[in-house]
Amino acid sequence: MPPRRTVAALAAIGLPGLAEAAGALSPNGPVAEAQLGILLTALGLMAIVVLPVWLLAAVFVLRYRSTAGQTYRPEEDFDLKVDLVIWAVPALIVIAIGTIVWTRTHQLDPYAQIAPGDSLRIEAVALDWKWLFIYPDLGIATVNELALPAGTNAEIALTSDTVINSLIVPGLAGQIMAMAGMRTELNVVADAPALMWGRNTQYSGEGFADQEFRVPVTTPEDFAAWAETARRERPLDRAAYCNLATEGATSEPRRYSAPEGGLFKAIMMQYMDQDRGRLCSDD
Amino acid sequence: MLGRLSWDASPFYGVIPAIAASVVVLAAIGTIVLLTVMRRWRWLWSEWLTSLDHKKIGIMYVVLAAIMLARAFIEAGLMRTQQALGAGAGDVGPVGAEHFAQLFSTHGTIMIFFVLMPFMTGLINFAMPLQIGARDMTFPWMNSIALMLTIGGAGLVMASLVIGKFSTGGWTGYPNFTGAEVNPGVGPDYWIWALTLGGAGSTLTGINIVATIWKERTTGLDHLMWMPLFCWTSLCTALLMIFAFPALTVATVMLWLDRTFGFHFFTQGDGGNMMQYVNLFWMWGHPEVYILILPAFGVYSEVIGTFSSKKLFGYTSLVWATMAIAVLSFTVWLHHFFTMGASANVNAIFGIATMVIAVPTGVKVYDWLLTMRHGRLRFDVPMLYAVGFIVTFVVGGVTGVLMAIPPFDYVVHNSTFLVAHFHNMVIPGSLFGMMAGATFWFPKAFGFRLDETWGRRGFWFWIVGFYLAFMPLYVLGLFGMSRRMATYLHPEWQPWLIAAWAGAGLVGCGLICQAIMLYVSIRDRERLRDITGDAWDGRTLEWLAPSPPPEWNFGARPVVTGRDEFGERKLNDEAYPVPDRTAYRDIEIPANAATAPLIGIFAFLLAFAAIWWMWWLVWISAGAIFLLVLWRSMRFDLHRQVSAETLYQADMAHRRTILAHANGDIGSGAPMRHARGTEGYLAKERREREGQA
Repeated sequence: MPPRRTVAALAAIGLPGLAEAAGALSPNGPVAEAQLGILLTALGLMAIVVLPVWLLAAVFVLRYRSTAGQTYRPEEDFDLKVDLVIWAVPALIVIAIGTIVWTRTHQLDPYAQIAPGDSLRIEAVALDWKWLFIYPDLGIATVNELALPAGTNAEIALTSDTVINSLIVPGLAGQIMAMAGMRTELNVVADAPALMWGRNTQYSGEGFADQEFRVPVTTPEDFAAWAETARRERPLDRAAYCNLATEGATSEPRRYSAPEGGLFKAIMMQYMDQDRGRLCSDD
Repeated sequence: MLGRLSWDASPFYGVIPAIAASVVVLAAIGTIVLLTVMRRWRWLWSEWLTSLDHKKIGIMYVVLAAIMLARAFIEAGLMRTQQALGAGAGDVGPVGAEHFAQLFSTHGTIMIFFVLMPFMTGLINFAMPLQIGARDMTFPWMNSIALMLTIGGAGLVMASLVIGKFSTGGWTGYPNFTGAEVNPGVGPDYWIWALTLGGAGSTLTGINIVATIWKERTTGLDHLMWMPLFCWTSLCTALLMIFAFPALTVATVMLWLDRTFGFHFFTQGDGGNMMQYVNLFWMWGHPEVYILILPAFGVYSEVIGTFSSKKLFGYTSLVWATMAIAVLSFTVWLHHFFTMGASANVNAIFGIATMVIAVPTGVKVYDWLLTMRHGRLRFDVPMLYAVGFIVTFVVGGVTGVLMAIPPFDYVVHNSTFLVAHFHNMVIPGSLFGMMAGATFWFPKAFGFRLDETWGRRGFWFWIVGFYLAFMPLYVLGLFGMSRRMATYLHPEWQPWLIAAWAGAGLVGCGLICQAIMLYVSIRDRERLRDITGDAWDGRTLEWLAPSPPPEWNFGARPVVTGRDEFGERKLNDEAYPVPDRTAYRDIEIPANAATAPLIGIFAFLLAFAAIWWMWWLVWISAGAIFLLVLWRSMRFDLHRQVSAETLYQADMAHRRTILAHANGDIGSGAPMRHARGTEGYLAKERREREGQA
C-alpha cells in the first residue's frame, strides 16, 4: 500500500489530529512521500525482530511463573543453534535496512536536484525569529512566506544571520540547518497547489515557538502573478535588511522587491572575517 | 570583589522562579535546622561525608540522584503543563518562553548528569566490589573526591535557581547560541561548570572502576568469564567514561574560554567554527548514551537470572554483545548532526554504523527472554521493571534505527519524535534499570527489603505514565512539532499534549508511591528484615555477605570456582561453611578523610567564582585544592587496622544468625526467600542426574 493511503487508513480509525495534520504524514512532494515510505518499510522489517519479543515475553511470563508448574531447567544456559539465530536474524535485517540507507540517502540527498528542468533558486536567511527568502532570479524577497510553484524544483540555499536555525517544511521534505558563515542547501518539490507550513526546528531563543512560515504552493501561472505583485513592494536595500534583521519576531508575511545584489553572500561572509565588521553595525 | 555578581542576580524576575528559589533556600535552612536539632552533624560528617567505604559512597550517590530526580521531575511537570495549555501564539500558558527554555535546559542537564550518572555510579560503587569479592575500590580517596565533585556540580545547578539564571541553551549547549555574543549572562557558564565538575568526577570514577575490576578480583576470578554480568557492564561503562568524558570537558572548557577570554574556538571567523563544538560534544555524547544504558543492562542481567532462578542464558554472547556495544558506541556520533549538511556518503556510512549497534542489543534482548524460558519466575519489583524494560525498550530501539536512516532523520530531527525516542531509551532503559537495581540491592545496603505493595504501585504508575506521556510525542513529531516549543500554532496538537500531560501526572503518582514505599519500609523494617543477607535467593557473591555488610565486606575473601558462585554453593549445601580461623589475616581499611569533602567545597567555590568572574576566589580555591592534595600525599596514617580476630568473630556471628534462622529460632516474620524457592528442587535434580550417570 502506498504510504499516503496507509496513513489515510489510520486517519479513518479516528486518531485525533491525523486527518487535519499537515505534517510528514500527509506528503505533498516526492521527497516527503519517499521519507514516509522509508518509515513504513523499516517498521515492517523491524517487526520481524520486535513482534517475537513481545510474543515471547507474554508467553514466558504466563508460562514460567513460579506457580505455573512448567518445565524447569535451571542449568540451561547455552544453545549454539539458538545463539546463531539470535545473532543472524538481527544482522540480516540490519543488512536489509542498511541497503535502504545507502541507496535512499543518495537518492534523497538534500543537495541533489529532484525534479528535472530549471530550478527555482531561493536563498533563505535565518533571522531572529523569522526567515527571509530571497528569489534572486525573480528580483523579489519575502519574510515568513515561502511561495513555491507546483512541480518545479526549488533549490534553497541556507545561511543564518543569527544562531543556528534549521529549516523544515514537513509536508515537502526533511530539514537542513542554517549556520552563520556557512552555506547549506535543500532541494524541494511540491506536487500540487496547497497552503502548507514550515518552521525553524532548532531552538533559537524567545521567539522560537512562533517561528513558523506559510508555504503557499500555487500553479506556475499563479506563482508568476504573485511574483509580479511582490515586485511592486518596497525594495530590500541594505537599510531595509538591517531593520528587518534587528527588529525581532514578526509573524506577518512581508514582501520586498529588488533585493540588494549579492546580499546572501554578504550576510554569509561577514562571519568569515571578524575584522571586516558586520553588515549592520551599531553606528 | 564580587565580579559580575550584583542584586540583578536575584530570582525575583518572575513568580515561579521566586517560588523555586524560596523552596531551595527553605529546604537548605530546614536541613540545617533539622541536623542541628537532632544533633546529627557529627554523625553526618564522620559516618557519611568523610567515609571512604565504597558502599556508603555508593549510597550517597543514589541519595543525590533521588533528590535531583525530584527537582527534574517537577520541571518536567511544569513543561508538560505549559505545553498542554500552550495552544496559540505568544505568551499563552503559565510559563514564559525564557523560563521554559531554562526548564528544558536544567531538566536535561540534571537528568543526565545528576540523576542517571550518580545513580548508576552509585550502584556500581555499591555492588561491583562485593560481586568481585573485594574489600573496597582501588582508590577509595579518589572515589570520595569524585562523589564530592559530582555533588559540587549538582550544587551549582541548585545555586543557579537562587543566584542568577541557568542556561537556556538546552542540555547540549550549542554555540553560537551559548556564545558570549548572543548569551552574555552567567547561564551558559553555570551549565559549563556544572558539567565540568560532574565530568571530572565521572572521569575519576571511570578510572577507579576499571582499576578495581582489574586489580581487586578475588581468587578464582582471574577467570574473567566467571564475573557476574554486572561487573562486565561496569567495566565497559567505565572504559567509555575514561575515553569519552575528556571530549566533553575539553569542549565545555573551550566554550568557556571563548565566552570569558574571547578565544575563537567556536565563534565564526578567525578560524573558529561552531560545528567543531557539535562534533566534540557528540564524540562524548553518543558514548554517554551507552554509559547510561550499559549498567542498566548489567542490572537487568542480574535481576532476570536471579528472579528466573536460573543461570543467564547466553552469558558469553551477553559479554561479547556488551563489548561490541562499547566499541561501536564510538563510531556513530555523527548521526546527531546528519542535518548539518554532510555528504550522502558520510551520512549513509554513519547511519549504517549506528544500525549495527542494534544487532548486539537485539541479541541481549533475546538472551534475557531465553533466560526466562524454562525458569521459575518470581515477580518481585525488580523483575517487574526488567520485564517492563524488555517490552518497552524495543520500541525505543525501533525508533532509534528509524532515526539512523538519514533521509528519515531529516524529517524528525529536532522534533518531539526525537524527544520521545531518547526518553524511551533513558526511562524504561536506564532509569528502570537503576530503580530495579536500587530495589534489588536495598536489603543488602540497609538490612531490610523495600515494601512490595508500594513498590509495585510505583512500577505500574511509572510504566503506564511513561507510555501515556511519550507515545503521543512520537505522533506529534511526525505531525511536525519541534522540540522545545513553549507554545504552538496548531490547535490539533493539543489533545495529544494533554494526554502527555496526564502521563506525566501518572509518573508523578509513581514517584509519590515510591516515597511512600520508602517511608513504609523504614517504619516496618522489622517485618522486612533481611536476616541471612540473601534476600532474593541470589546467585552472586554479594549475597554471601551479611546485610548490611561490614566495612571490610568479607572477613575472609571468598574463593570463586565458577560462574554464579553463590548459587552453586547453595546447590551443593556449601553456602555457609564453618569459618576457618587460619584463613583470617589482619587487614587495613581506609580511614576517614576530611580532605575529600573539603576538596569538593573548594571545587564548588572555584567553579562558582569562575562563573561570576571573582578571580581572587578562583586562585584561592585552586591553591587550597592543591595544598589539600599535597598535604594528604605526605601522610602515612591513612589506614585503620582490623584484627583477624575481629573479622573471624564477625563471620562467626553471621553464621550463628543464619543457623538460628534456619532452625526457625529467629525471624519468623521474614521467611528465608529460597526456602520457598528452588534449592531443594535443584539439589534433587542434580542427585538424580548423577545417579543416572
